[in-house]
Amino acid sequence: MTHSTLQLLLLLIVLTDFAVLGSSRLSACIRWIALQGAVLGILPLVTEGGLTIHVVALAIGTIFVKAFVLPGFLRWAIREAAIRREVEPLVGYMGSMLLGAAALGAAFAVTSTMPESARGSLVVPVALVTVMIGMVILITRAKAVIQVVGYMMLENGIYIFGLTLARRVPFLVEAGVLLDVFVGVFIMGIVVFHINREFDSISASKLTELRES
Amino acid sequence: MLELFLVVVPLAAGALAYALRKARARSALLLTVAMLHTVAVGVLWVHKGSALGGWLMADDLGLLVLSLVSVLFLVVAFYAVGYVRYERPRGGRAFVSCLLVFLSATSLVALSQHLALLWVGMESTTLAIAPLIYSRDDRRSLEAVWKYLVISSVGIALALLAVFLLATAQPVAGASRALLLPDLISGASHLDQWWLRASFVFALAGFGTKMGLAPLHTWKPDTYGEAPSLVGGLMAGALTSCAFLGLARFAQVALAAGLQDFVRPLLIAAGLFSLLVAAAFIIGQADVKRMLAYSSVEHMGLLVLGLGLGGAGAYGSVLHVINNGLVKVMLFLAVGNLVLATGTSVVADMRGMLRTRPVSAWLLVAGLFAVTGSPPFGPFVSEFSIITGAVREHHPWVAGATVLMLTIIFVGIARMILGIVYGEPSTSDDEVSSVAERPSLIIGPLILASMVLLLGLYIPPPLRGAIGRAAASLGGAAP
Amino acid sequence: MNFTTPAVIAFLVVLLLAPAVAGVATRTKSLLTGRKGAPTLQLYFDLWKLVQRGAVFSETTTWIFRFAPVLVVATILLAATVVPLDGRLSLIKFSGDAVAFAYALGLGRFFLVLAALDTGSSFEGMGASREVTFASLVEVGLFLSFGTLVVVTHEISLSGMLGAPFALHWTANAAALVMIGACLFALLLAECARVPVDDPATHLELTMVHEVMVLDHSGPDLALILYGSALKLAVLGAMIISVLIPRANLSPAASIAVLMLGLIVVGIGVGIVESIMARLRLPKVPLYLAGASSLALFSLILVLWNPA
Repeated sequence: MTHSTLQLLLLLIVLTDFAVLGSSRLSACIRWIALQGAVLGILPLVTEGGLTIHVVALAIGTIFVKAFVLPGFLRWAIREAAIRREVEPLVGYMGSMLLGAAALGAAFAVTSTMPESARGSLVVPVALVTVMIGMVILITRAKAVIQVVGYMMLENGIYIFGLTLARRVPFLVEAGVLLDVFVGVFIMGIVVFHINREFDSISASKLTELRES
Repeated sequence: MLELFLVVVPLAAGALAYALRKARARSALLLTVAMLHTVAVGVLWVHKGSALGGWLMADDLGLLVLSLVSVLFLVVAFYAVGYVRYERPRGGRAFVSCLLVFLSATSLVALSQHLALLWVGMESTTLAIAPLIYSRDDRRSLEAVWKYLVISSVGIALALLAVFLLATAQPVAGASRALLLPDLISGASHLDQWWLRASFVFALAGFGTKMGLAPLHTWKPDTYGEAPSLVGGLMAGALTSCAFLGLARFAQVALAAGLQDFVRPLLIAAGLFSLLVAAAFIIGQADVKRMLAYSSVEHMGLLVLGLGLGGAGAYGSVLHVINNGLVKVMLFLAVGNLVLATGTSVVADMRGMLRTRPVSAWLLVAGLFAVTGSPPFGPFVSEFSIITGAVREHHPWVAGATVLMLTIIFVGIARMILGIVYGEPSTSDDEVSSVAERPSLIIGPLILASMVLLLGLYIPPPLRGAIGRAAASLGGAAP
Repeated sequence: MNFTTPAVIAFLVVLLLAPAVAGVATRTKSLLTGRKGAPTLQLYFDLWKLVQRGAVFSETTTWIFRFAPVLVVATILLAATVVPLDGRLSLIKFSGDAVAFAYALGLGRFFLVLAALDTGSSFEGMGASREVTFASLVEVGLFLSFGTLVVVTHEISLSGMLGAPFALHWTANAAALVMIGACLFALLLAECARVPVDDPATHLELTMVHEVMVLDHSGPDLALILYGSALKLAVLGAMIISVLIPRANLSPAASIAVLMLGLIVVGIGVGIVESIMARLRLPKVPLYLAGASSLALFSLILVLWNPA
């Protein structure tokens, strides 16, 4: 039962990856990444090993930060900085989708060369796909806000991978991840805010004053 | 418990500095902590211990990096006191706080025997240094911070993935404690090779980003170009050394597990590519700080190259960590003096510095020879030993290519620096005398220059021993 | 040829019920948007009315224009014969009939497009070009879905993929099959010219895709084309039902009852989508179809990777 629930949740995560990749509205992207955060929070509850206080706390903390605080913070940044709501990608949505599909294929191809022990579960390939699609978004999107979303996705992928270790290497790993996301996005958000005040527009593609001439 | 002291005290002082209202008090605090730190590190050379159940411990490699960081920080702290008089950095109180937190984080990286803890330290350095880059309230400064944050946060994330992968490589059942370096190395034969390889690849990408290895170096010229000189110096001297330490930790584990044939070619390729990129971009560079950034890419390339070669190369690599750190900070501080004087770092606007700023100009010339690995300076010894390593380990092509790149880089840097030092000063520099070469701005780089010179002529036996042992842990040996 | 009684009955049910499915969709939309709407069975009356009328042909058109409507219905009927409508076995079954299914639909569309071009009207040409563009993208998703089903069942006929042996594979591949169902539904909306790809209710030639192509048809020809569209919706709907609800273990009567109920649900689903979504802008349609295809690709990778 828990096994199939776990698979289902992992599939949901991949679908949210693609949803962010294909969405053209910032608000939609943020909604999807919030959903991903919520699913991510449920994950530790259904991994093997049963419910412990540690796992429940992890789940609550994750959902709180990844599904509410960070997306809320991003929405605030959009409102505050009056950012236009379109994503405006550097690579078209179709191209992004193809890149995403390639990432999907690559992740599963890599996973099939893995040692036996890890091949049975979807955790590793889903983590890899999420990391790679996060990278794709970071690279192919010009807007600072959506880059932050891409970074969150990258972090989520690593978090999924870390869940396989949650019981063996307790606390430190999770604390590190949450701290990282929280502070990282916080500072990024402030910088985003400043960039906007400074340049009238929030597009990182306009950050082109520094280059080799 | 001294190890814990080295991490906690600067952190607490960072918090305290934020509470202090008087600039003078903050400066005093900065200097006190920097000196205390250096003294404590000195004690650590004599009396080694461990803290937090073995999570913090100074082994030879860590101690070398820690000592380097401590000395560099002390010099930079002295310089900063003089510097803030002329150019008030943005943020005021936060400036000193961030410097102290940076010291705490780098100490944590150097002392960590637990790789996740090392990662936490690495991550904190990123956060501590980012506000320092943002020195002026303008577009270029912002752009530099943004690039630095985005690229290095991705690097940090990949490094975390590397830590996770390494933890996965450890067998579930067994006596070895998770992610503790001594246990990892002693139980290396039980590690799963597949996960270990994956872990090393991500570590190379992650810490490589923090080091600024090509092609992950793109943040470097912008950040170094825009950051205040002393911050640039700290980054090029201390931060990159810590990132290299992180990579070296993963290399230690992978080498202990017998992955030589996998690890070494990767490192050699990364090193050579960085040298190539640095050579290509140094030629014709118009901004002296950006040139220093590419020079840093070059030296990071040399570090991983030496690590990949093993033998005398690894020895040279460890020695080069120290030499490179000292030279980089010295150069950045010397350049900082000239930038203070001229208000620009564009070479075309800095001419005839020998007349207006003789000491800094001479320091710059000394730095030119040191950074390009000419005798009698320290980097000559370490670079020579890396090239020796290449020849001895039967990589004559690598040796040849390295020498060629170093020559090209020498020409590029020499042309730029000699242009700055000689030539006619521009006539509009009448106000130059108003910012005289104060002792506080000169003593630091002078001390560093003499240390670099000393290391080129004579390496004290305790230091030589520590370098030898550190190199041995990386599969190297003294030549 | 497997003319078993349930198969024949199911085939006839789909044939007869087809106009009602489209009617259910329209009716659902009307009710959800607060209108009374036309009767559910309106299409039957329309068809009856059209059949009684004469047809008008433009002087510029050739035999292709007259031939196309017949061929459209014929190809869809052909496609229907290879789908196991009763949940067990199709009327005609051979290896690779899934490909025949896709290309039967393709052939019908080809002639419809030719007929549209035959009129020489620029609007119809525009509609034809859009129709062909979207159809080529639909095929990607369709074949990826078939590929997934082939991997799951190790069968290469639609009867094998969706019929008797299929039910056994559900438990192991539930997630992949749900995604295939979703993908097929998304493709159905595109293939049958429904919102969000096309709007059957629109009357502005510039924005029309499918409807604009048949503007010049009249009388019995138009009736054939309208019936063809309804039949296509019903056949694709039946296929989705077969994917999501394996009926091999049900009695024939129950199976056909599930089919009829399922078709009504599909109709309601289409209606709901039409009432809650707006039509996508034309440049967004390929993205929509790519999204549907990536669902199928994902499930293909899943079942390939984990051939439980």
